[in-house]
Amino acid sequence: MSSVLDREIPLSAIEPENIDGEPERVRRIRAQAAERFNTLGWPTTRLEEWKYTSLAALASNDWKFDRKLPNDRTGTSPFGEKAAAELMFVNGMLYANRAALANEHPGIRIVPMREAMESESFAQHFARYADYEKHAMTALNTALWQDGAYIEIAPGTVVEGFIHVCSVSAPIKEHPVMTQQRNLIVAGRGSQITVVETFFGSGPYFTNTVTEIVAGEGAVVDHYKYENESLDAFHIGTVQIHQERSSNVTSRTIAIGGGLVRNEINAALAGEGASLSMEGIFVLSGRQHVDNHTVIDHVAPHCDSIELFKGVLDENARGIFDGRIIVEPDAVKTNSRQTNKNLLLSETAVIDSKPSLEIHNDDVKCNHGSTIGQLDEEALFYLRSRGISAEEARNLLVYAFASEIVERMKVAVVRETAAGALFLRMPGRIAEKLGRAEEVIN
Amino acid sequence: MLDIKDLYAGIDGKEILKGLTLHVGVGEVHAIMGPNGSGKSTLANVLAGRPKYEVRSGSVLFQGKDLLTLPTEERSREGVFLAMQYPVEIPGVNNIYFLKAALNAVRKHRGEEELDAMEFLQLAREKMKLVELDEAFMSRGVNEGFSGGEKKRNEIFQMAVLDPKLAILDETDSGLDIDALRIVAQGVNALRSERHSVLVITHYQRLLRYLVPDFVHVLADGRIVKSGGKELAEELEQKGYEWVEREVASSNAEEVAAAK
Repeated sequence: MSSVLDREIPLSAIEPENIDGEPERVRRIRAQAAERFNTLGWPTTRLEEWKYTSLAALASNDWKFDRKLPNDRTGTSPFGEKAAAELMFVNGMLYANRAALANEHPGIRIVPMREAMESESFAQHFARYADYEKHAMTALNTALWQDGAYIEIAPGTVVEGFIHVCSVSAPIKEHPVMTQQRNLIVAGRGSQITVVETFFGSGPYFTNTVTEIVAGEGAVVDHYKYENESLDAFHIGTVQIHQERSSNVTSRTIAIGGGLVRNEINAALAGEGASLSMEGIFVLSGRQHVDNHTVIDHVAPHCDSIELFKGVLDENARGIFDGRIIVEPDAVKTNSRQTNKNLLLSETAVIDSKPSLEIHNDDVKCNHGSTIGQLDEEALFYLRSRGISAEEARNLLVYAFASEIVERMKVAVVRETAAGALFLRMPGRIAEKLGRAEEVIN
Repeated sequence: MLDIKDLYAGIDGKEILKGLTLHVGVGEVHAIMGPNGSGKSTLANVLAGRPKYEVRSGSVLFQGKDLLTLPTEERSREGVFLAMQYPVEIPGVNNIYFLKAALNAVRKHRGEEELDAMEFLQLAREKMKLVELDEAFMSRGVNEGFSGGEKKRNEIFQMAVLDPKLAILDETDSGLDIDALRIVAQGVNALRSERHSVLVITHYQRLLRYLVPDFVHVLADGRIVKSGGKELAEELEQKGYEWVEREVASSNAEEVAAAK
């Protein structure tokens, strides 16, 4: 970094972004969020919620948007043509829109956020759930977001297959490039939808992404976040889920890449009888640092939540699971289970596991727990005694540990990609599986 | 096939095998019997290369190769198979996937072509029948939720698929009912041939009724104290291990007297 930039205090006083023709409400929210970020500043480890993750290295860079897209737009999707619809973003800007076919269905609307701002549903839901008052990174995103996916499914509509929101980062000019992506998914009453978000790229960059998901009454939503950023990248992401009565949401977080990653997955079970399954797998090596931070807020009675996060840490990796379950006074008959299991493959890998329950009524069934272990020596010996090499035996056992989560993934191409990545556990090969950024955008 | 000479070995600093010598020829079936704590399982584990077992002195040659310097997986690929006393459960590792990977590692080592999924399944089905294992087991995790008898049958099934030159059965018969015992023996007898050798380690004579050994050895306090034919097993069953121990004690006394 040059001495000129060293003297700047980057992003310390941000100006809100402005998209042409933005509605007044969006403009107002951006301004409020910018003000909040400027007041809150970057999160520091003095905050309880950030005690394990320092953003000093991130905050000291002068991040800028890259506003130029590559000329050639023929790059292919890492999932080929398997998605029912796909929006691809490069450095936060729409690069390819392959949603036309899906949009022929009257109940389906998949468009870039920029094109959705006038809709009634957008006005009703945008920035209602992800809290930019208290959370600096959400405030930063809310003030600066460039674009993203807007997915609206009409009541009773079932979307076949999966919708892919693909985010690729590749610094094109010399300065450190930043992406502020914002997605909004609104699943109407009794609708059903599967959305897969993928993140990958090459070189150093900073991605800050916020996805708000609204599951209407009785809606079934299956959401995947597949984070395979470059090992030089910063990735901060929030998935904010809002569930109405009897809705059923599955949230799956796969964290494999990134140098410094913060995954926030939050859900509010706001309607009676809603159920949530929140799953996560993080597989780290080298000097990767991945902080998983989850909050499940039981607001309404008779809701179920099951949370399972599994971590595999090798070499000098650092992982965090900080999960909180809140049961509000009215949320009687809550049924909640929170589990975090970790596998340490080296003596220098570190995991901090902090499951917690905060219960405000006594008519609930809740439990939580966490484990930290090493590979089972007996199992390793057993496999080797049948001729399997020590390395393959290790990989098999690592996969076995993670398979519980991987094998439940319903989208075949995601399941296979995750399985391949887990088996190989080598960053190069993982990128190969998901598609290299250079290949995707040429 | 297998030549063990004056082997001293143990675990956690405790010496358990104290000068064990044994020769197993090609195509022979040897039974090693002995009371608890005599070193039976230590012998099996040392031969298979289980970590933490230490060899202090002595040698083990397998087909002329120094077995003790080979890592566990190499021993297996060379043709040594250990049917374990306590097979571990490995949830998440699919039985069929695991065994196919194992077989192909062994075949590659032998310079044979790897089997594809179809060829492997055909072979596996054939061998499964031999040990009367249901095919449904194959799609489960390795030994996951198997009963004791099913685990032992799975060991014999794996043995049948991998087709080892030397099979070591470490108390495979313990805890088995008579039907399971018969099936295990059936699996081992199918492997018996002029090319294969078997080392049966057992506490009881029961299995040896179905799996008739060519030689029987009695292990006591870390070495072989008595060897004989199949009739030795019956004698042991009738007279108990105390009989051998008494004999050993008196012969030791004679040796001591002779040395004086």
